Amino acid sequence: MFIRDSAAVFHHAVRATFRTKAGVLIGAVQPLLYLALLGPLLARAVPGGGGWEVVVPGILLQLVLMSAGLAGFGVVFDRQTGVLERLRVTPASRAALLTGRVLRDALVLVAQSALILALGFALGLRAPVAGVLAGLAFVLVPALGLAALSYAVALRLPPEVFPPVMTTAIVPLMLLSGVFLPMSMAPGWLDAVSRAMPLRYVVDAMRDLFAGHYATGSVGIGLAVSVVFLAVALAAGTRAFQRESA
Amino acid sequence: MIVTRGLSRSFGRVEAVRGLDVEIGAGEIVGFLGPNGAGKTTTLRMLATLLRPTDGTATVAGHDLLADPRGVRRAIGYVRQGGSADPTRPVREELELQASLYGLRPPREHVARVCEAFGLTGLADRPPAALSGGQRRRLDLALGLIHRPRVLFLDEPTTGLDPRTRAALWDHVRRLREEGTTVLVSTHYLEEAEALYDRVLIIDGGAIVADGPPSALKSRAGGTLGDAYLALTADA
Repeated sequence: MFIRDSAAVFHHAVRATFRTKAGVLIGAVQPLLYLALLGPLLARAVPGGGGWEVVVPGILLQLVLMSAGLAGFGVVFDRQTGVLERLRVTPASRAALLTGRVLRDALVLVAQSALILALGFALGLRAPVAGVLAGLAFVLVPALGLAALSYAVALRLPPEVFPPVMTTAIVPLMLLSGVFLPMSMAPGWLDAVSRAMPLRYVVDAMRDLFAGHYATGSVGIGLAVSVVFLAVALAAGTRAFQRESA
Repeated sequence: MIVTRGLSRSFGRVEAVRGLDVEIGAGEIVGFLGPNGAGKTTTLRMLATLLRPTDGTATVAGHDLLADPRGVRRAIGYVRQGGSADPTRPVREELELQASLYGLRPPREHVARVCEAFGLTGLADRPPAALSGGQRRRLDLALGLIHRPRVLFLDEPTTGLDPRTRAALWDHVRRLREEGTTVLVSTHYLEEAEALYDRVLIIDGGAIVADGPPSALKSRAGGTLGDAYLALTADA
């Protein structure tokens, strides 16, 4: 029931998304610009070489925030057109209405990440393939969670409030997670604040993976934080879809 | 088929629906009349499991609204006011999703069936944004009826339609009567109530103020159904 319904919602969402391939590309344009135009500066600023292996994981996380973080836009539209209410009258599992969408968002993110990685390699990234693949698999876990949270917020906020709130909220999340440079380079107070950001641990772990260091403390912490984040976010998202007035 | 006991819903301090006690039998076609804001949509949304009652209970097709919402959802169709299809997606895709979520296999065959029944066959590859108001309304009906529900809720299905399109919609409702579907339709059109419905419920201020066949309400008011309506509902 849950799997069948999730698959139906996923199939329906993917059909529309990949018919207009421009949408997939547009979502990746901003991170690609940062990578191309800010990346070379950041790569030089990293002490001790290996700059691209530090920069590219950060840009991937920026992509996650901008792509999965803004996933809720889709449901704002479905609320306004009556689609969501129509789906909520069917016997479909509420969790499936969320899961189908989140899985589509993950697929979009993989396609966008491939673009970032391709540009990264062209610019000078020299990370081991195993590390890149591990990093990619790694970032999908919190990305799924972030998409689910984005839907939860979109279902709770008035439709006209969601876009400005979300696009603004993403900026501090991005900066405090150490997307551009590792927060270990930050002054003490900033480093301390950023420790409250779950995604900071994800970037730290990805940077280790891209550098070819797999069995580190950062990777362990990052994985634990990601899994807990995903569980909490899915619970919040499903609750939001169950809520009556959504 | 529909039984409500003290069904109520408040929004903050506003009591939108107050202690509704209604019984609707299998196969009845019931018109739901009342001024704007009288509680028609709130009642329909509660019966369709979209809104939780603040008090009272109801069973729809034998399933309790609160204890077994999924059982209710399997048995009902709900066509909301103002449309329910994504204006940008082809009609076929919207119907296929709907068929899948009701567990209809294979979805394509069921989509072909409702497209035929609602005159959408030639329009299946167009998005609703490219359809006329009447065609969009037929799509809404097809979405709500694809799983052949035993109970159908229609919220102002004919509002804003031209007379010919409205008459075509009445024909669809008549066909449902032949199939034995129980239908509760909210409307503002009194002539529709006379032509189509076995029974009329008039709601005002969140409470039922009249319940009976259109002919009985008319003779009680000693005039037209319009006279009965005006006598029963408060001047807002």
